[in-house]
Amino acid sequence: MTAMSEIAPGALSGDASKVDLVIRSLRARHGREKRFRFYGILAIGLAVAMVLLLFGSVLKQGLPAFWQATLSLDINLDPEIINIDPQPVQAAGQSPAEYRQQLTAWQRSLSLVNWNQVIEKAIRAELPADVEITARDVNAIVTSGERFTLRDMILKDPSIIGTNVRLNMLASAHVDNWLKGNIDRNLGDAQQQLSPGARELADDLAERGIITQKFNPGLFLNVDSRSSPASSGLAGAFMGSLYMMLIVILLAVPIGVASAIYLEEFAPTNRLTDIIEVNINNLAAVPSIVFGLLGVAVFINWFHLPLSAPLVGGLVLTLMTLPTIIIATRSTLRAIPPSIRQAALGLGASHTQAIFHHVLPLALPGILTATIIGVAQALGETAPLLLIGMNAFVANIPASPVDPATALPVQIYLWQANENYNFFLSRTNAAIIVLLALMLLLNAIAIFLRQRIQRRW
Amino acid sequence: MMNQQIAFSTEVKPGNIPNEAPIKMRGEKVSVFYGEKQSLFDVDLDMRVKTVTALIGPSGCGKSTFLRCLNRMNDTIEGARVTGKVLLDGNDIYDRSLDVVLLRARVGMVFQKPNPFPKSIFENVAYGPRIHGLARSKGELADIVESSLRKASLWEEVKSRLNEPGTGLSGGQQQRLCIARAIAVSPEVILMDEPCSALDPIATARIEELIDELRENYTIVIVTHSMQQAARVSQRTAFFHLGTLVETGDTDQIFTNPQDKRTQDYITGRFG
Repeated sequence: MTAMSEIAPGALSGDASKVDLVIRSLRARHGREKRFRFYGILAIGLAVAMVLLLFGSVLKQGLPAFWQATLSLDINLDPEIINIDPQPVQAAGQSPAEYRQQLTAWQRSLSLVNWNQVIEKAIRAELPADVEITARDVNAIVTSGERFTLRDMILKDPSIIGTNVRLNMLASAHVDNWLKGNIDRNLGDAQQQLSPGARELADDLAERGIITQKFNPGLFLNVDSRSSPASSGLAGAFMGSLYMMLIVILLAVPIGVASAIYLEEFAPTNRLTDIIEVNINNLAAVPSIVFGLLGVAVFINWFHLPLSAPLVGGLVLTLMTLPTIIIATRSTLRAIPPSIRQAALGLGASHTQAIFHHVLPLALPGILTATIIGVAQALGETAPLLLIGMNAFVANIPASPVDPATALPVQIYLWQANENYNFFLSRTNAAIIVLLALMLLLNAIAIFLRQRIQRRW
Repeated sequence: MMNQQIAFSTEVKPGNIPNEAPIKMRGEKVSVFYGEKQSLFDVDLDMRVKTVTALIGPSGCGKSTFLRCLNRMNDTIEGARVTGKVLLDGNDIYDRSLDVVLLRARVGMVFQKPNPFPKSIFENVAYGPRIHGLARSKGELADIVESSLRKASLWEEVKSRLNEPGTGLSGGQQQRLCIARAIAVSPEVILMDEPCSALDPIATARIEELIDELRENYTIVIVTHSMQQAARVSQRTAFFHLGTLVETGDTDQIFTNPQDKRTQDYITGRFG
């Protein structure tokens, strides 16, 4: 008995002192647990707050850009102002070259029409006769791109000359700023973007309900514009990004998945495969701008592919995305239980059959996620694209992957640096919203596909 | 060559009690190395037709390693090396000219944990015949699936839900599904690696009954941790210890009159 109490005083007998000890330690343990939970909640709360702050600020600044100051006007296509010959018709015996020359000349004369006067007349018609406006003020009110809207309408159907058409015309960026309050109304004339006459006219038109804030589809349908910032849009950048995504999906996914399958399932473990593996892991950590330099050196200087082309951008992004896809696919393959492989092999399936019939279908959801992560990363990549000339100002929608183009994130980069800062601040945020929406869409597709594939079993 | 089932060895090894059934598979001086480490030492063992041979022994004694030599599943383990000979109907299965796919079509395997494919019950059983091209039509394939499930005494339980996933069955049913899957390829030998270790006693009893029925048509080699199971289902027993084959003989003899002291100690529960 004495020996026992010497070794473990009261440890086995459950006396009061031991219970006290446990209770005391319990209190400390519970406290530690509570503190840890609190830190966790704090961390998550902080993260959520940051995300909300980011989304909140982007939405707050970007959403107004989707609605833009727009004039609703009845426009009389006065034949006195639009004083051009009828559209030439190909005469019998006329050579096609001759006809085309004639047509081009006609189109040029159409472009030289004083469209400003047409618009000015329409605005004047909305105002009482005693209000004095100058042509200069009217020019400042309507964004310059709308002249070409009128021209294109007539180009499409010359018979509308002489009729009245009801049109929505975008107001200029400065008017949009003035009416939205993006510029301090108390600033002196020297600091204002609009002349006093134009400011007065803008307010007057807004009061009469001629200028209203309308949803602007041009943001999606137009390309970038410098002369007419109000009508600049994302269509060109979107197509550029789309081409690059297609190239990345077509190249990076099959190459990446095939490499991953080979490395994980077939390659022997030796020095060479070790070196390859280390290199792939290192490539994943290479800064993206280095891939841009590689793209310039290889694709442009060596292969002589065109500058600013989505083809080159897509190739560079493919190189950048490959390690991501390979690493993620390999870890997915590694996570498939070996029992499935053994079951197939035990039945006499060949190695390839075991992988393609059983391992790959199980790994497909993971591979899909890996792909989407890689593609989404590529969609948001900017730095390498700057080096291959995709930050050029491109005023066309690229018709093919070898035409000059820009990309959505590069467009954001270009817009945020635009000298017309107070107008492009919200437009930049609108572009960010579009980009984020695309990313969310991609992720939603991934989740949807993953669930469909998984449901099959 | 395929049906050369002559008893190609008549010599009697020490401790090897003669048995009338012809020999189906034979290990000759089988050693297995995992890298530098040798885990099986010169094992000689005969496995006879229509006989259940049980491999028993304490954990890590090499019985599963030996079993995996019989259909070359050790090939799938990196760094594993097998020396010696494993004969199937007198032909060395480690011969370079032998295709491992053909071998595994002749020597089927059932694993320790039920591992049905995450596919339908039908697809699980149909997979083997399909990859080997054993069925000429859909009807024939369906017949193979039905007869395999019947032989595995699972048909009555699953016939109404062949299109449901195999992973949705109970553990014992899953293991019988795996047996049906192995049978569907019409193997000559079935290897079972502790097939009941993950099952409850009732499911175990059903599998044991099944093994007894299957003995009519197949050569069966079973690794088991349970000496009672070995005594119940096998006719021949081989006792492994520390990577060596200590003793083989008729199951009755091993359990009633072991020749080696280590065998006696193991079956009387002194170690293991």
